[in-house]
Amino acid sequence: MSTLTREPTTVADGVGTSAPRPDGILKVSGEFAYSSDLWADEMLWGATVRSPHPSAEVRAIDITGALAVPGVYAVLTADDVPGAKRYGLEVVDQPVLAVDEVRYEGEPVALVAADHPETARRAAARIKVEYAVRAPVTDPEEALSRGDLVRHVPVHRFASAGGDALTADVVVTGTYEVGMQDQAFLGPESGLAVPAEDGGVDLFVATQWLHVDQKQVAACLGLPPELVRLRLAGVGGAFGAREDLSMQVHASLLALHTGKPVKMVYGREESFFGHVHRHPARLEYEHGADRSGKLVYVKARIVLDGGAYTSSTPAVVANAATLGVGPYDVPTVVVDAYGVYTNNPPCGAMRGFGAVQACFAYESQMDKLAAAIGVDPVEVRRRNAMTTGSVMPTGQIVSGPAPVDELLALVRDRPLPPAATGDPRERPGGVANTTRGEAVVRGVGYAIGIKNVCFSEGFDDFSTARVRLSVLGGEPAVLVHTAAAEVGQGLVTVQAQIARTELGVSRVTVATADTSVGSAGSSSASRQTYMTGGAVRAACQAVRATVLARVGRTDALSLVDGKVVASDGSVVASLVDLLGEGDVEEIVEWRHKPTRPLDPETGQGDAHVQYAFAAHRAVVDVDTELGLVRVVEIATAQDVGKAVNPQAVVGQIQGGTAQGLGLAVMEEIQVVDGVIRNPSFTDYLIPTILDMPPMEVDVLERGDPDAPYGLRGVGEPPTISSTPAVVAAIRAATGLALTRVPVRPDHIALAP
Amino acid sequence: MEFLRPSDWAEALAAKAAHPDAVPIAGGTDVMVDLNFDRSRPAALLDLTRVPTLDDWGTDGDLLRIGAGVTYRRLIDELAGRVPGLALASRTVGSPQIRNRATVGGNLGSASPAGDAHPALLAAGALVELASTRGTRRVPVTEYFVGPKRSVKTPDELIAAFLVPARPGAEQFAKVGTRNAMVIAVCSFALSLDPETHAVGTGIGSAGPTPLRATEAADFLAAELPWETRGPVPAAMANRFGDLVGAAARPIDDVRGSADYRRHALAVLARRTLAWAWTDLGGAA
Repeated sequence: MSTLTREPTTVADGVGTSAPRPDGILKVSGEFAYSSDLWADEMLWGATVRSPHPSAEVRAIDITGALAVPGVYAVLTADDVPGAKRYGLEVVDQPVLAVDEVRYEGEPVALVAADHPETARRAAARIKVEYAVRAPVTDPEEALSRGDLVRHVPVHRFASAGGDALTADVVVTGTYEVGMQDQAFLGPESGLAVPAEDGGVDLFVATQWLHVDQKQVAACLGLPPELVRLRLAGVGGAFGAREDLSMQVHASLLALHTGKPVKMVYGREESFFGHVHRHPARLEYEHGADRSGKLVYVKARIVLDGGAYTSSTPAVVANAATLGVGPYDVPTVVVDAYGVYTNNPPCGAMRGFGAVQACFAYESQMDKLAAAIGVDPVEVRRRNAMTTGSVMPTGQIVSGPAPVDELLALVRDRPLPPAATGDPRERPGGVANTTRGEAVVRGVGYAIGIKNVCFSEGFDDFSTARVRLSVLGGEPAVLVHTAAAEVGQGLVTVQAQIARTELGVSRVTVATADTSVGSAGSSSASRQTYMTGGAVRAACQAVRATVLARVGRTDALSLVDGKVVASDGSVVASLVDLLGEGDVEEIVEWRHKPTRPLDPETGQGDAHVQYAFAAHRAVVDVDTELGLVRVVEIATAQDVGKAVNPQAVVGQIQGGTAQGLGLAVMEEIQVVDGVIRNPSFTDYLIPTILDMPPMEVDVLERGDPDAPYGLRGVGEPPTISSTPAVVAAIRAATGLALTRVPVRPDHIALAP
Repeated sequence: MEFLRPSDWAEALAAKAAHPDAVPIAGGTDVMVDLNFDRSRPAALLDLTRVPTLDDWGTDGDLLRIGAGVTYRRLIDELAGRVPGLALASRTVGSPQIRNRATVGGNLGSASPAGDAHPALLAAGALVELASTRGTRRVPVTEYFVGPKRSVKTPDELIAAFLVPARPGAEQFAKVGTRNAMVIAVCSFALSLDPETHAVGTGIGSAGPTPLRATEAADFLAAELPWETRGPVPAAMANRFGDLVGAAARPIDDVRGSADYRRHALAVLARRTLAWAWTDLGGAA
């Protein structure tokens, strides 16, 4: 159930309505074409040879066995990469194909194209790679001591000049660990590369940011970007895992080499090696407070394992550092966050992006502080809650609404769920008949988190929208064209809603995203409704100004239901007539307010655009003898500024909360000596419908004056605070410290 | 790959005799996973879905004979009262879609130590009916498993059915997994108490190279339970039983759980299932 109050909207399926997804029925009925469904006549299938070792020299690669397989068209190694041998989002360091060495298990070494996927796989198995295996570096602390540092972000701020001694009446300390979570999207990495007559390539792919892919692929192919044209194929989930390249360069190389379309689709196991994961983290925290629980200082040391290559580790480290004390007023902050290189799987973007790891630690600390001073967990948070005008540890002033106290009160004041009915599905262990109430204890836990929205640290963050207003079949119609990736979040719906509201035209088509229009930036950092929504709105406003200028009047006019209406409500003209002079098209590049880099010594600076907040209350039943957990209910409250599509907002909140629940109690890529031990959905478990409980959702709309429609990014906050809320509830039920997520049954059942 | 499609049982046995390396397939929930992951590439598949008698069940003297092709869904819907322990286990198999297709015959054929049906069959003292063109034999399930994914079944044999006592005692089954549905067992335990013979049956899953029995635990319980009075089971007895069950396991550390946790959880499951089964028999709580 959700509650939402807002002003009525006048435009059908416009901003503020739960307009239906254009692809919704197709997806539910199984007819939607995902990137793995692509097909071209005469196409070949690509396969990838990957390193079985986390660290090794590559001494020699013998491809003769593969070339001898009938049906094989090409076998490629690093020598066949015509342009840059490496790529990367922020730092160009990841080889397209291994050059002399491999640095993680699953690193691509060679490629095969064949006329059948099975042939390609069999040929790949006949490629002989001579490795000289090295001992992998897998301990992040060891990596740090060796100097294998990606980035250190200090955020140091002192209540008084000259620095303060870190002392307080009440001090609580803790060390926390977060395991490696996977995005676990259902649509594996896949796409189709088609060679073009002009020597370029057309690449149809599921990704999060077409233009950053284009730039990297073109560099590796040694082609100018205009010869590498990308078009978004159906995306089966992303969650950050499609920010880095996977098969894009590989399929394009094979296509250009063979002159034929090449399709690549990873299997489920390969997918676990085909994308970056959430950074595992070790977080040491010390909170100092006065006897009322008011925070005096927070000191933290955070080490994030970036794995073998840089990916987006620098930005993840900055998020962990700058958001590392949570949505609280803290006079003195000494946070140091480090990202390191190891021979573990590369880690990068995943929903929550550094804020998830920090939140588990600082919220665990807030519960410890509450216990130390003898107040309830919500109260200690409310006593420290930041508000509009608060100063972040970076010195940045929080300018928009920051209803931290209100969100906490909302989840606290929800009625608690009733006791279990006795239905076995409601018990810890589900239908597996492990308890009929024996040793089951209920617990309640709370958490709140903070997330930055949009790109930070002075990045030139923009989105581009092309909007055309024309007449089709005697009716006004709008075409919206951007390069923004619809990854399941509903951006395709939102773009049309904005056009309907701004132009008063019901018939809106959103063109498939491609690189023939300017960059939209990434579908990440909870930014697309803000950024591409902002760009579409600005382009619509430009179109409106142009078309209204055709009326030739100076008074205020508006567009309603395909007509130009004066302020007294009288119809001045019809859009169809005005468009008789020709279509109106505008392209707008739109930016949010600028941000600043962080001072490298102190971490001070107005680095972030917007802050978003969500609070969670989790109620769990724990079988304390077996260590099994059933989350009974989750209540959440989130400020979204403006719910552009309320149903989609609640969907994001429920999905994000489920992903955080997964991290709390089951989701972990288990890596031993650099080797993934559970690369399957048999052993990498994600929540089922019996694990994810009903939710109570409060959506607040405290408009941000800087943002389009006042909206606030929605996608990430739910993932951040649900994990610590669930763990806090398990602690409340068991009395155990539980300093690591995911909490496993033996952490509870075998606790000393 | 050859795809053999016998239309009756005699044809199936003949096909298996002619193609001893053929892998039988019924629901396909195990076989197809292996094929899809390219873990196995059998020379032939022997499709049993057209053999009409394979999904029959009925009594055979004092025994209930259930065809190897009966799905878990049907065990739950049609046979829960006759094979209560196995029905409890069936509810924990995969998802509804899997239970609609998967069969106990397939579980026995794969002979995985994690097969959910196996502990319940062990506790119930089931027989496995193996058939070939040479004839038919009934092997006690206690002698059926010989190693990880290995059984006494010879290459020319097919699993025809399994048999359990037609009048079951009190049966319980419980399975620990790290999520609340659709999960492979971290460990599982089945218990059967026969109020007439005072026999105790046990079965342990996912905690050894094969499904196991806890014989010492069963013997202890058979001798100590207050069968005649149906008085309460003393806590010390339940604890001793649990400890013996834990000790009977031969678990390893793996991605699903640690050996220590498995022993601990089995002891807990043993105590709990004992309490429930005893109550089912009218025993005092």
